[in-house]
Amino acid sequence: MKNIAIEFRDVVKTFTSEDGRKQTVLDKVSFSIPAGKTTVIAGGSGQGKSVTLKLVLGLMRVDAGRIFVDGRDITDISGAELESLRTRFGVLFQGAALFDSMTVFDNVALPLRERTKIPEEDIRKKVMETLRQLELSGHEEKYPAQLSGGMQKRAGLARALQLDPEIMLFDEPTTGLDPIMTRDIYHLFSRTQALVGYTSVIVSHDIPKVLNLADHVIILNHGAVDVFASPEEIQWSTKENIREFVKTTMGQIYQSHLVEK
Amino acid sequence: MQPNPIAKLGNTGLYILGDLGRMGLYLFRALRGVFRRPFRFMELIRQIHFIGAGSTAVIFFTALSTGMVLGLQGYYSLKKFGAEGMLGSAVSLTIIMELGPVLTALMVAGRAGSAMCAELGIMRISEQIDALECMAVDPFRYLISPKFLATLISVPLLTAIFDLVGIAGGYLVGVNFKGVNPGSFIDGMQTSITNHDIRLGFIKSVVFAMLVVWICTGRGYFVREIRGAGFGAESVSRVTTQAVVLSSISVLIFDYLLTAVLL
Repeated sequence: MKNIAIEFRDVVKTFTSEDGRKQTVLDKVSFSIPAGKTTVIAGGSGQGKSVTLKLVLGLMRVDAGRIFVDGRDITDISGAELESLRTRFGVLFQGAALFDSMTVFDNVALPLRERTKIPEEDIRKKVMETLRQLELSGHEEKYPAQLSGGMQKRAGLARALQLDPEIMLFDEPTTGLDPIMTRDIYHLFSRTQALVGYTSVIVSHDIPKVLNLADHVIILNHGAVDVFASPEEIQWSTKENIREFVKTTMGQIYQSHLVEK
Repeated sequence: MQPNPIAKLGNTGLYILGDLGRMGLYLFRALRGVFRRPFRFMELIRQIHFIGAGSTAVIFFTALSTGMVLGLQGYYSLKKFGAEGMLGSAVSLTIIMELGPVLTALMVAGRAGSAMCAELGIMRISEQIDALECMAVDPFRYLISPKFLATLISVPLLTAIFDLVGIAGGYLVGVNFKGVNPGSFIDGMQTSITNHDIRLGFIKSVVFAMLVVWICTGRGYFVREIRGAGFGAESVSRVTTQAVVLSSISVLIFDYLLTAVLL
């Protein structure tokens, strides 16, 4: 496996509102996400966190710049290539994005049924095993609307893990969950990553809790990025905007006073 | 700051061009999806059941009432010229060439088109379509193309049912209630209807089916891109209304165009 899983090189993404006003969400942004580790992409609302994920997945196109996944430029590939690349990703969406007209079992089995030629009997075994690991046994015949928020996230994770992804992307995984469920979900992420060994990218504003999981942190701030090798580095940063970020999102207690002038 | 009117106009022009381009590509991908493997046969059957079988009752009653009213109106008008014997021909021609395809398409747009639009709109805003794409499952082949194929199969069949029931309604009123000679009703129908008329009705039903499924599913699929739709549940409701109105108007416009070209 290569050392860099995903690389952004001078990426620009601008949105135009209905009245023609332009808003640049990512302005010549460059960073890289190391393979096999957990990288947290943090930032306030509207700073382009979810856009970053959508760009990686090819659900949106960049206005300028390049994005590399395992060294391959995904801004310049055909639809078929993009499709084959996507089989290497697993995604857990903000609202879990389960298909609400299907049972939990059918939801989790969908990628296997659609993307592989595995016989139905083996699909059943694999799905039931994943559901057991994620403590969803006995809920397989329920519909998503009959599950709690935490269970929906777990079902979404079970579905995302079916094709043994190399890169797992989590979009605001703890939104709408209570603190205990949030903690459980984070434990689950650590466990599954240890088990499967994927590269994990978590987009979240759940600071500071999500930082416990992070090997690397990327902070998006008004179109620019700051990259940190470790969560601790954020606290030691002397940059004004980062100190402000730490103060507002993590609280005064996390702010380092060593560099205070 | 208020943008100047020329910029606003240009912006609207760009939006309309963008929308047409999007919808054009959408149609291409949806039709291509029909031929992509693996083929979802059970989904096709489910959609035919929903769009076709599910619409039979509403088509039956629309056709019956239309045919009966046509019978009454036709009788009233033809009687003035002493030509009641032409009732069979008048009713059947009107229904087969015009009212059958048009009213069937409008009913399907209202009943199944709105449902397809809302379904795809909700799937889009709850990221279910994104999830499909991320699993490398083509949403066109998986979701949209079966709806296209099912509508293209169902609407001509529903139109045939409409034609049959509508003519029967006209016969019921003309012959049973108004005393038109049954022989002249049937004979008038048989001599005046040609293969060309039936072909025109069939072509119309296929074109209208395409318009309805294209516009209704396309609006739902692009719910986020549509100007002024807003967000969340409201955007889906607005886009659904827009889809039904737009597809109904398109059916009426194309009805005129096809009649003008093919008649």
